Amino acid sequence: MIELTSVSRWYGNVVAVNDVTLTIGPGVTGLLGPNGAGKTTVLHMMAGFLAPSQGTVLVNGTPSWRNPEVYRSLGLVTERESVPGYLTAWEFVHASAVLHKLPDAKAAARRAIDLVEMGDAMDRRISTYSKGMRQRTRVAAALVHDPSVLLLDEPFNGMDPRQRMHMMDLLHRMAGEGRTILFSSHILEEVERLSGTVQVIVSGRLAASGDYRHIRRLMTNRPHEFVISSSDDRRLAAALMGLPSVSGVELGTAGLQVRANDFGGFTRELAKVAKAQDIRLAQLLPSDESLERVFSYLVAS
Amino acid sequence: MNLMIIRITLRALLGRRRALLLLPIPVLLIGLTAFAGSSNVPVERWAPMLLNGMGLGVLLPLTALIVGSSALGLEIEDGTITHILTKPLPRREIILSKLVVAWLVTTVAAGVPLGAAGIIADSTRLGWGLFAGAAVGALAYSALFLALSVVTRRPVIIGMSYILIWENLLGAYVDGTKVLSVRQFSSTITDTVTGELILKSTLSVTTALVMAGVFVILATVAATHRLRSFSLAGDTN
Repeated sequence: MIELTSVSRWYGNVVAVNDVTLTIGPGVTGLLGPNGAGKTTVLHMMAGFLAPSQGTVLVNGTPSWRNPEVYRSLGLVTERESVPGYLTAWEFVHASAVLHKLPDAKAAARRAIDLVEMGDAMDRRISTYSKGMRQRTRVAAALVHDPSVLLLDEPFNGMDPRQRMHMMDLLHRMAGEGRTILFSSHILEEVERLSGTVQVIVSGRLAASGDYRHIRRLMTNRPHEFVISSSDDRRLAAALMGLPSVSGVELGTAGLQVRANDFGGFTRELAKVAKAQDIRLAQLLPSDESLERVFSYLVAS
Repeated sequence: MNLMIIRITLRALLGRRRALLLLPIPVLLIGLTAFAGSSNVPVERWAPMLLNGMGLGVLLPLTALIVGSSALGLEIEDGTITHILTKPLPRREIILSKLVVAWLVTTVAAGVPLGAAGIIADSTRLGWGLFAGAAVGALAYSALFLALSVVTRRPVIIGMSYILIWENLLGAYVDGTKVLSVRQFSSTITDTVTGELILKSTLSVTTALVMAGVFVILATVAATHRLRSFSLAGDTN
């Protein structure tokens, strides 16, 4: 269980995290947002690697800042892919178990390595591993002490779709055991298979939170903007205004700017309208597909 | 103290190519000592310059700087420090383990060749004296450079400035700097154990021991304190 209450963090004049209040319970939760939105800052505050400038950060009821005891029930996988390459996976995970002062470090290390399916390669040096294998090794080290809370910063970064699926399954399996799993990501598609809850952070603020499907629907149903150039922009504009899927039209120098509130409906009807009016379409460009726009739409809604 | 941290740190320090940096100066020191010893020049004439100037003044602090700033500094640099910090360990335990490793490695890499040079130059007594002086100096230097690696982002440059400017330049001309100079502690201990002022040290042995202790305690407390609030940069920098 992670609880943030009115948490802000600033660096000099720059506000990285702005008054975030959220509670994360058991299950898989995704922390989504564009790069530089403050996801890592939030994770680092949760993991006790950054003091909140304001507000409180509690993990299982105790503050995590300057409190090493919190790591008895907390695991962290950082974004920076830092592993001691001169150790084997076994040595690395076993060392983690020993440092946790677990009663049976060997059994715990074995269990963690089996959980991430690294048993076959565990006696090779980490420096010889692929990116996905390193990531799994780091996950094994982070959960060797069977923590109730696991934080992962961009765990899917640089993974291919197969590795991503594997990792996602692993996270779901661990969540199924009643753990609180929080991971961050800046790519929506990465969380495609996710069926948990989502917290969206944009510019340091909590922009949306709730069920993944709900957020996903909000994102696909958001107004889309297109720029169209045609043989007769003015006439096309008048015709498009008649469509229920179109919420606004503007004649600009770049062409015709159209705002559609129903993506599917608009793309189906556009061609029909143009044909009926005998207008030739020269170009159709989506103009607001950047992630930042998608996320900032969520802030507004 | 934590055996696992000590073991892993030893592997990290000695398993890297950087460890080879520790070899040339001891070899040079022993070679020069053997050469000087075979000449007709009396030992009192060259021992202060070679054993004190090069041995305690260059070999010892440089070794301590390389080792002390790497023991924890390399992990901070490459980010693997998070693996140790995400364990429910008192931060004091981490710093003390790192200090022990830095001290041991520095004593072996600098103290042993210095002792050997002492035996070649004059006597077993001088050998033991130099070894003891190096061991005490190694502890103070290690604590200092270990602390620098936690407190600043440029431990090597600051450590180097301390060695070159404070100890070797100011130490030679400004008397008052000597009580804050690890090199003076080492040469004082050496002369005391040897039983004669072969290195021409000027501090009293009490001052040297007390000040070395103050160095170790202050540096270790500062390093522990700083490690407790170790922060990772966010994605806004």
